[in-house]
Amino acid sequence: MPVLQADDLRVSFALAGATQHAVRGVSFEVAAGECLGIVGESGSGKTQTFMAAMGLLAGNSQAGGSVKFEGAELLGLAAPALNRIRGSRLTMVFQDPMTSLTPHLKIGVQLAEVLVHHRGASWRESEQAALEILERVRVSDARRRLRQYPHELSGGMRQRVMIGMSLMCRPSLLIADEPTSSLDVTVQAQIIDLLRALRQESAMSVVLISHDLGVVAGLADRIVVMYAGRIVESAIAAELLSSPRHPYTELLLRCVPNLHLPRLARMPCLPGQAPSAADPEQGCAFASRCPRAARRCREERPALRPGGGSAQVACHFPCP
Amino acid sequence: MIRYVIRRLAGAIPTLFAIVTLTFFLIHAAPGGPFDEAQTLPPQIMANLRSAYGLDQPVWIQYARYLRALAHGDFGPSFKYKDFTVTELIRLGLPVTLKLGGAALIFALVLGIPIGTFAALHRNSASDTAVMTVVVAGLAVPSFVVLPVLALLFGIHLHWLPVAGWEPGAIRDLVLPVTALTLPPLAYIARLTRGSMIEVLQSGFVRTAVSKGLPLRTVISRHALRPALVPVAGYLAPAAASILTGSLVVESIAGLPGIGRYLVQGALNRDYTLVLGMVILYSALLIAMGLFVDLLYAWLDPRIRLER
Amino acid sequence: MKGGPWREGGRRLFANPGATAALAIIAVLVALALIGPWLNPNDIEALDWSRVAAHPGFAHAHWFGTDRLGRDLFVRTLEGARVSLAVGLVASTVSLTLGLSYGAIAGYFGGRADDVMMRILEILGGLPLIFFIILLTVVFGRNVYLLFVSIGAVGWLSIARIVRGQTMSLRRQEFIEAAVASGAGPARIIRKHVVPNVLGPVIVYATLTVPQIVLFESFLSFLGLGVQEPHASLGTLISQGAGEMEAAPWMLLAPGVFLALLLVCLNIFGDGLRDAFDVKERR
Repeated sequence: MPVLQADDLRVSFALAGATQHAVRGVSFEVAAGECLGIVGESGSGKTQTFMAAMGLLAGNSQAGGSVKFEGAELLGLAAPALNRIRGSRLTMVFQDPMTSLTPHLKIGVQLAEVLVHHRGASWRESEQAALEILERVRVSDARRRLRQYPHELSGGMRQRVMIGMSLMCRPSLLIADEPTSSLDVTVQAQIIDLLRALRQESAMSVVLISHDLGVVAGLADRIVVMYAGRIVESAIAAELLSSPRHPYTELLLRCVPNLHLPRLARMPCLPGQAPSAADPEQGCAFASRCPRAARRCREERPALRPGGGSAQVACHFPCP
Repeated sequence: MIRYVIRRLAGAIPTLFAIVTLTFFLIHAAPGGPFDEAQTLPPQIMANLRSAYGLDQPVWIQYARYLRALAHGDFGPSFKYKDFTVTELIRLGLPVTLKLGGAALIFALVLGIPIGTFAALHRNSASDTAVMTVVVAGLAVPSFVVLPVLALLFGIHLHWLPVAGWEPGAIRDLVLPVTALTLPPLAYIARLTRGSMIEVLQSGFVRTAVSKGLPLRTVISRHALRPALVPVAGYLAPAAASILTGSLVVESIAGLPGIGRYLVQGALNRDYTLVLGMVILYSALLIAMGLFVDLLYAWLDPRIRLER
Repeated sequence: MKGGPWREGGRRLFANPGATAALAIIAVLVALALIGPWLNPNDIEALDWSRVAAHPGFAHAHWFGTDRLGRDLFVRTLEGARVSLAVGLVASTVSLTLGLSYGAIAGYFGGRADDVMMRILEILGGLPLIFFIILLTVVFGRNVYLLFVSIGAVGWLSIARIVRGQTMSLRRQEFIEAAVASGAGPARIIRKHVVPNVLGPVIVYATLTVPQIVLFESFLSFLGLGVQEPHASLGTLISQGAGEMEAAPWMLLAPGVFLALLLVCLNIFGDGLRDAFDVKERR
């Protein structure tokens, strides 16, 4: 049974009278023990998909379709039941470690409260477990750190604490939303290494969301590419990276700086902008920026179809 | 931290000194003196009276003598209440005012914070609008209107509570005055809490707390409340000032023997020592409150602690 | 530059039912205060000895009843309202002028002068106004000019702070630099360039001080330190009414309800105004 299963998931917001469609129907699975990478630019709906799964959507939003965690439907789940799942079996790490930790509580408390709440453990036992977790995520001088406040830690260390916090109850699935985007490049690499090591130690599934294909490439088993609220391509990582099928994926790959390629006269870039989430769909959403777009693309929206190998692609004229 | 407290107290002394000096010379500049009403006394007796109280000396000398006495904790005799020294008057009246004002401040916090939190959680709903409208009414209507109206309703018509008067230790006498005094700061605190809580609830760390599966009451009490209360802490000193101001009126309407009465009467009677004593007392209370608020800030937000 | 944001804000304001209702009620109260006495046949000074402390009623044309001396309360309350409003208006203007000048000077010159001026502001802000007023009233006697200035001292602090902030950001703009380059003196620049441009946001905050000022004036009058005989403001009337509460509650309720309603609506309207025009406050 897949750990996470999304079926035609839709998310929309009511904003200033207009409806914004952040996620326009997304279906995917995360198998046990697998690392799924989600790639897309901002506005592609990649974060909102998982906010819906975690029940963290803003008040003015609506979620439709289905998201099942370990077979149980998450959408519309009542708060007490949802609170049993999230933080223990299903956890999330957010983008900005600076603002994601409570400023007036010690690190030890923020870690321990997860166990105290979910397992009914005592504070002392939980703080001991917190110490072990900190060591597991390679935070130096862990005993001292437990008694410190978030602002006394560096960004990288805070992110490690966030990761540690999500590991406290041995989750089946950890969702990491842009875990490295606010960090320095060197620290980024350390966090990716950490995630890799953690995956090797346990059978935990991971969803890694990023706009940076390079970050995802180092860790994911399978990659899903999202654009304008829909999935445009999904494949095993190795296949996607070596032979992308969707024009958008191909352009994304070309934008990743690569020391091995001959020097380019100018950086490739994607012209234009993604369509607004408020606009109704007309044909393929990528058509306005696609170098291969034809008339059919502007009129008929391509469905997600097998594209050779493990790939699924939503394109009328996929790359060979 | 002790060092900080001492430093702050030391800094307060020049302020108090300035206040004492300013008030002293201001009140001595007022035309007339404490014994104007006693015009009917023969001039010789008047002169003796003034001399006995040291009023025939030049102002500077009176000032110096006052400061010297002050250093010994002696506020001097009251000119009007002839058998009492100011210190004795303070000892009689201060507990009443403190009980009144203290109760008002505590109720304002204990009720205002939950009301504001409730409104924040139900933001933009009908209950939010209803609560906040009542809150504005509480803010706007002055205590000298509220108290008589309450007394009219509960005292005269319903006979549940005494209209005025004071028996030492009788709680019933305090209910209406405390209520009238509590309403404006309560409303202000509710409003501050609501606005602040709405902001805090949108912050990243609250989202993290929710994602950890913590129940709402824990998210609010452990994670959201302390940052949300920072503006409320900032309001404590003005709240105390406004309660002290309100007590001037409430004490006189309800017939409570607190120190508020002394200030107004003292000013009208040119009772120099009494007025000076009251001004010093009020200023000291407010300065103490200011210091307390600073310490509170450090507890609410540990980041502030390190900046000392 | 002025037309657009004003209309937008105005639209937001009138979309707010509470604020609009409050404004309507204020208009009714003010209209009553101004023309009310003409509606009632009684004269303000007339002592109707046949009906002392009479109940309110329509039969004997004393709609709000009478006081201890037989004076009609309807007329007296509305007269009191007029006094309160007049004092409030004048004091608000004093407050606005004071705050505007102080803030503009502090914001324009900046540096040392600004530091000192802000420090003074801080110290003044920390001490309750009422004590100074009481002392000043004692020293200078019950002087009407003193009354206006001391009531106007309510709220000028926050206005000064806002004006200062606005002035400081304005000072960096090019048209100020152009004015300086063309040899204009600071007074002229402040008058012609700074003030008109800060006036917009300041008016909104100034409106919020009006209820504070009306409240403070009532408070002083209640204590006997404000408006003096023969004039009576709402505060004075309430004070008199409170004394007669047991026998003749309408003497308290007429001015009390009028004042309460006025203050509540002024507050609601002020909040609505601020929500509509202040970009930072909106969610």
